[in-house]
Amino acid sequence: MRVLVAMSGGVDSSVAAALLLEAGHDVTGCTMKLWGGASDSGCCSVADVDDARRVAQQLGIDHFVFNFGDDFTAAVVEPYVAAHAGGRTPNPCVECNRSLKFDRLARRAHALGFDALATGHHARAERIGASWRLRRGVDRAKDQSYVLHMLDQAALARTLLPVGALTKAEVRERAASLGLRTAAKPDSQDVCFITSGGGRRWFLEARLALTPGRVVDGEGREVGRVGAVELVTAGQRRGLGLAGGGEARYAVAVDVPGATVTVGGPQDLLTGEVALEAVSWVDGPVEGRVEVQCSAHGTPRPATFDLDGAVVRFDRPAPRVAPGQSVVLYRADEVQGGGTAR
Amino acid sequence: MVTYLDHAATTPMRPESVEAMLPFLGARVGNPSGGHAAARAARQAIEEGREIVAATLGAEPGEVVFTGGGTEADNLAVTGVLARHGGIPVCSAVEHHAVLHPVEALGGRVVAVHADGRVDLGALDAALDTQVGVVSLMLVNNEVGVVQPLAEAAALVAERAPGAVVHTDAVQAFPWLDVATEARPAHLVAVSAHKFGGPQGVGALVVREGVVLEPLLRGGGQERDRRSGTHNVAGIVGMAAAMAATVAQRTVTVARVGRLRDRLVDGLLSTVPGVTESGSRATKVAGTASLLIEGIESEALLVLLDQAGICATAASSCASGAMEPSHVLAAMGVPRALAYGSLRLSLGWTSTDADVERALEVIPGAVAQLRERTTLTLTP
Repeated sequence: MRVLVAMSGGVDSSVAAALLLEAGHDVTGCTMKLWGGASDSGCCSVADVDDARRVAQQLGIDHFVFNFGDDFTAAVVEPYVAAHAGGRTPNPCVECNRSLKFDRLARRAHALGFDALATGHHARAERIGASWRLRRGVDRAKDQSYVLHMLDQAALARTLLPVGALTKAEVRERAASLGLRTAAKPDSQDVCFITSGGGRRWFLEARLALTPGRVVDGEGREVGRVGAVELVTAGQRRGLGLAGGGEARYAVAVDVPGATVTVGGPQDLLTGEVALEAVSWVDGPVEGRVEVQCSAHGTPRPATFDLDGAVVRFDRPAPRVAPGQSVVLYRADEVQGGGTAR
Repeated sequence: MVTYLDHAATTPMRPESVEAMLPFLGARVGNPSGGHAAARAARQAIEEGREIVAATLGAEPGEVVFTGGGTEADNLAVTGVLARHGGIPVCSAVEHHAVLHPVEALGGRVVAVHADGRVDLGALDAALDTQVGVVSLMLVNNEVGVVQPLAEAAALVAERAPGAVVHTDAVQAFPWLDVATEARPAHLVAVSAHKFGGPQGVGALVVREGVVLEPLLRGGGQERDRRSGTHNVAGIVGMAAAMAATVAQRTVTVARVGRLRDRLVDGLLSTVPGVTESGSRATKVAGTASLLIEGIESEALLVLLDQAGICATAASSCASGAMEPSHVLAAMGVPRALAYGSLRLSLGWTSTDADVERALEVIPGAVAQLRERTTLTLTP
């Protein structure tokens, strides 16, 4: 097969390219240039592009850089800012996979005549009979199937995830034995366009008028104040300006237009259900028994999915899901689909 | 077999240049700043080179400052003049980043260009006053190949900002124009060896008698205190040899390459629908073809061309190697969506009929493939 492999400059996609070569594919590497602003590293700094290019040279494959900066701004950064403005907590890495990697780049690969697009995600795309399955990676601790839940049959048929069959330790061993410069590179953390020095606040306050607000308890009594309602996430405990002592209190609801954060005790943080929007399916809709994962490395919880209302009903009360977060439905280790918490 | 159509990025070294350099990459030793026999011989080599460079650029030997390339020469011009005399820098919006970025960093004024890529002299007039310290206008643009009206601009500067120094970036001009004549109106002239068959990493700035500037690099005081650092002897010798060879063959090369370029552009205009030329061909140097191709992204086209053995580019590349939307095309008023379909094919002294034939054979099919298999809009 002619395969285009998306190389971020990290160890996983470096080894993905090497594995595809070993399997006899005709492999070309590419790196997306997505963000021109400040970055700690993440996916697309000049240093990461240099690393990806050097690995491609070491493997003896062609490597190209694609500048999708305009698309990234429109499809990921602007919606990220808009979601915060609405008091939601978006997941930009999921949006980047949906709009950039598996859409913009996948279509570029198709236009260039490649048969498939490969990435270094820890997940497995497997064909069973006529159906493509999206399974968790072999290394459960590094599993990234959550951020790939938007892949459908058409996408999976053109996607290769070669490192999903390896543990992270095996990936690093392989990179080291090939002498790749990325072998010991730390895993990327957090959102690529948010720096650890500045954080979300620094990024958002340059793009958004942040709203100072009141913090109230369940009876509407003011118990504290926050500098920016948009930066509060449901479930958050610190930074709410609450007096110490007594029972721990958490943000349970964020109302940006009303400039109000409502707090409650641990019991108020639990919910029996979460309603979804923008639901997509790997191989058609499912309903009934599922296991539900609400963050990248969260615990899957048993639940029932009501397809008509697009509502997840947890078997036992579960932590409230911040609106904007991805909610992914599994059966055993297979992604069935997912959506966004309302 | 590679079809090389990126001569404006860098052009193959001329054999005269390689031959002139080889002794200095081998047995010959000597730091030109020293006093013994080996040093004196090295000094002689660079001074002979300096005389050739000066003569071909219409300058006196003492007016030539050797640099580490075109970017350093441009930076020395803009920054060096202002560091010495103060004032506001002014440049056109289509300058190479080696001029544009220093001018912007120093709080300069950037002057608009017309749709054909030539500087708007009315806008330049409006940007000039007695506060202006340096005015930089390239002789030939690197992306579209358009020749700028340097003489008119310099006359305007003399009238409106009489104290200002005029700099011209002649990096793209040298293979095609008689720079000694064309750059005469400028006080400062920058060239880069690898654009005309010399080695990479060496260039020169002409600093006309009477113009004083601060150095960027301080140290041993070489180049009359205008550029410290041990001389790149091999590079300087190679640059001089490439200059001499270029000048000797320029008339013939310009005519021959101009015909190849016209055949290439006319061929593409007649076989690929939705193609236009950016800038007017009458105002361009012989080697450059700059095209706008509707409905495709040149970033993708360049991959297909590369896979077919054709080396070309869109706009100038950035540090990561990604294609940045061209500031030159934007300044010319080309819409961003159309600028994504820009293609620069630049020919040079080694270009042949076979190069043109190969390009005409591959490009129409590659454009058709992309148009068939791609859309520009994201699916919801």
